[in-house]
Amino acid sequence: MTSLQTLRRLGGRSGKQLLRVATLLLATTVVAFALVSLSPVDPVQQYVLGVGNVSMEQRAAIADYWGLNDPPVQRYFLWLSALLRGDMGTSLLYRQPVAVIIRERFLNTLALMMTSWLLSGLIGFTLGCVMGLRRGRWLDRVLRALCLMLSSVPTFWLGLVFLLIFSVALGWFPIGLSRPIGVANADVTFGQRLHHLALPALTLSFISFASVALHTRQKLIDVLESDYVLFARARGENTWTIMKRHGFRNVILPALTLQFASFSELFGGSVLAENVFSYPGLGAAVSAAGLNSDVPLLLGVTIFSTLFVFSGNLIADILYGVIDPRIREERPHGQSNRD
Amino acid sequence: MIDPLSLLLDVQNLSVSFRRYQRGLAQTNLNVISDLSLTARAGEILAVAGASGSGKSLLAHAILGLLPANAMLSGVMRYDGQPLNAVRQKQLCGSEIALIPQSVTYLDPLMRVGDQARGAEKSAERMERQREVFRRLELPLPSERLYPFQLSGGMARRVLFSTAIISDARLIIADEPTPGMHLSQAMEALSILRELADAGKAVILITHDVDLALNVADQIAVFYAGTTLEETPAADFAAGPDALRHPYSRALWRALPQNGFEPIPGFQPYPEALPDGCLFGPRCELKTAACEQETPPMRTVRGGKVRCVHAA
Amino acid sequence: MDSPIVIDRPRRGVNRRLQTMITCIVLLMVAAGILLSGEWIPSDAVTPDFSRKGLSPSLEYPFGTDWLGRDMLLRTLKGLALSLKVGTIASMVSAVLATLIGAAAATGSKWLDAAINWLIDLVMGIPHLVLLILISFACGRGLTGLVIGIAVTHWTSLARLVRAEVLQIRSQPYIMVSRRLGHSTGWILLRHILPHILPQFVVGLVLMFPHAILHEASLSFLGYGLPPDEPAIGIILSESMRYLTGGMWWLAFFPGLALVLLVLLFDRLGENLRMLLDPASAHE
Repeated sequence: MTSLQTLRRLGGRSGKQLLRVATLLLATTVVAFALVSLSPVDPVQQYVLGVGNVSMEQRAAIADYWGLNDPPVQRYFLWLSALLRGDMGTSLLYRQPVAVIIRERFLNTLALMMTSWLLSGLIGFTLGCVMGLRRGRWLDRVLRALCLMLSSVPTFWLGLVFLLIFSVALGWFPIGLSRPIGVANADVTFGQRLHHLALPALTLSFISFASVALHTRQKLIDVLESDYVLFARARGENTWTIMKRHGFRNVILPALTLQFASFSELFGGSVLAENVFSYPGLGAAVSAAGLNSDVPLLLGVTIFSTLFVFSGNLIADILYGVIDPRIREERPHGQSNRD
Repeated sequence: MIDPLSLLLDVQNLSVSFRRYQRGLAQTNLNVISDLSLTARAGEILAVAGASGSGKSLLAHAILGLLPANAMLSGVMRYDGQPLNAVRQKQLCGSEIALIPQSVTYLDPLMRVGDQARGAEKSAERMERQREVFRRLELPLPSERLYPFQLSGGMARRVLFSTAIISDARLIIADEPTPGMHLSQAMEALSILRELADAGKAVILITHDVDLALNVADQIAVFYAGTTLEETPAADFAAGPDALRHPYSRALWRALPQNGFEPIPGFQPYPEALPDGCLFGPRCELKTAACEQETPPMRTVRGGKVRCVHAA
Repeated sequence: MDSPIVIDRPRRGVNRRLQTMITCIVLLMVAAGILLSGEWIPSDAVTPDFSRKGLSPSLEYPFGTDWLGRDMLLRTLKGLALSLKVGTIASMVSAVLATLIGAAAATGSKWLDAAINWLIDLVMGIPHLVLLILISFACGRGLTGLVIGIAVTHWTSLARLVRAEVLQIRSQPYIMVSRRLGHSTGWILLRHILPHILPQFVVGLVLMFPHAILHEASLSFLGYGLPPDEPAIGIILSESMRYLTGGMWWLAFFPGLALVLLVLLFDRLGENLRMLLDPASAHE
């Protein structure tokens, strides 16, 4: 089949996928808006707390200005139309447009998440391969026990322990923030950024490499017990050759998919890690928004992080289509050369 | 009749058993192959024929050194006059001894078949050889760029055959290469084996289909419950029951469609519950008290070998 | 064969069924012990006592005391008891939800199945922790919001499992026979399908537990959930952050470790149960 056909078919698949994602995103806006509307917390009260002495008339005026007296459905559509225009409102907590906060903080969070994403992927995949190759031996048992244990460790506790060891006891890393205090954002060197990023990123990667490793191990064991590996052995290929020719090829795709599908946990982990390390990212912002009843920011980050998760899933899906020949070179219906 | 020079593989009294653990530490040995003997000669096809579930595939795995770790082996295997032990198996597998596996599941689903046919060795000559073999097997050239799921059943079969031919091995073990094929496809597959044997290779054809094997085989080893009951020239099978030596072989002959299609009463014993003495004893019409006492040794009778006290 | 290959790897002496039963009993005893001690420890045992402020771990105070002189071991036990309670209620509700939704997807119309699949994608699309924060916010923060949040977000993967299981059972011939015999869908569900998904339900429930407890701790750590004077593990750890630089490492270390051990215990129990029920992996 021609590459054009492949493209068209992949396009069709993605089209359907995009439609699904669109309905899901729309539903997310409904759910998020409904949830914050349900809240008994009075947003005017919260706003007023930060301003000072405000009379009842002024309160009523604010409520009216925000449209709090309108029916919820009407408010939802007002909010949605603003959202679609890129206007996410103004954060009550930071007194800045939500879009600006998200743009600034997402870069910090992205640096943190991608570092730990790469780290956990590499470490997890390597460990998984080692365990799979040595299955049943002591090394496998020890590593497996370690991985199982790690998957029961809460992110924030691990962060605290790292902080205790590496920052407090050894003094290797700073206690928090993505840059040194008192230094303007533009003056921060790459090295300083890395220095502040290291510990949160390490914490975050520790949370997820265990699952990547265990998954890779199981997949590799399935591959090593397959008929085609038995045949490879019958042809005199040694373990390393078998890994090179068949092992990695068959294990890397599920591992990659798993990594891209883990964006939800990654974001949740970064919320916790950012709070432990006072790292100024989106995660710290979303938990602060919830605690301080900053509804526009809470809604904005919810929608944005959901978009992030969906893009991860979409990448995983497309990756499968591009890499796996069984999907990539699938013949269109009604055209078969099987006899 | 037997040319000692052409003798390539000689298996004597091969037994394979698996250790199994049941409840706690109780341990049993499961005998899947017992006291099996056979010989494969260059230029000939030896058909190892027997019903399904008789352990034929394990025989292939034992010769290639592919048995799982909990398997125990005893007996003697010689390849080209030298003992075939684990070290030699590693050296010879793929270059001197080749396996033709049963089905497309023995191909890596994510690797192009041309690459798989060539194997781990990468060189221009290897590539040339693979193309030449594909041509010979009438696999169109573009098919080397296909993945296993894109092959038709017949093409997949030829790709599997090509691996053995490309390797230029002297001993080829084909494990059930014909099931699920139309008669014409099966005959085509067997004719490739015949060509290989005529080119001087020793071929072991493991099959449950005696009828089909008779078309190409030179020797037939009748396999039953993990052992060989008779090794006979294929001509004797064609000649009829009187030329055969073992009661099971005769029963097999009578079970062939053209000879009456007469089923053999009883069933093959499970490895968990093998009978004492002759393994065929419980189903044999000639059974006497002597048959239960000990496993009959392999004897040479009328130019073939047989494991029956009554044979003469 | 010059040297027969003999590789011998005997299994452990105790068989797995017994091992799992022992694990179960130990676990239940530990859980009961924590719950009871949480109830029995009088609240004045954890009131401030400035005569014993900031003591590092010793025989008398194995987990040390905090900056108000409260015994950290007792606070940790109370915190674990609370985690157990929240975890039990939330994962029970979630497991029941999962079973109902999964069974509905498998037995209902195609449209319902698609809708449920879509719903699962929706719940899984919003980052879990963000969704928990939203729900907690909707309930005005506090214990109720925490329990509701954990209960309504943990059912998705078990629901998928139940759906697959029910679909698989439904395609079995004996269900068809039962249908031919004129038995109603409800009868078939009750007599044939329910007994089969019961093990899935139990294992799913036990395996959901660690997640529920970890999320409870995460949310309390972030400040959602209980008022700060209640000893929840998350709150204890969050408070400890202010004293880390002062060298009071035990405030964070031991309560967290206790939580990890509790989670690990339930995780192992769930895996053991699953292996017992799934013959394919029972041999590993």
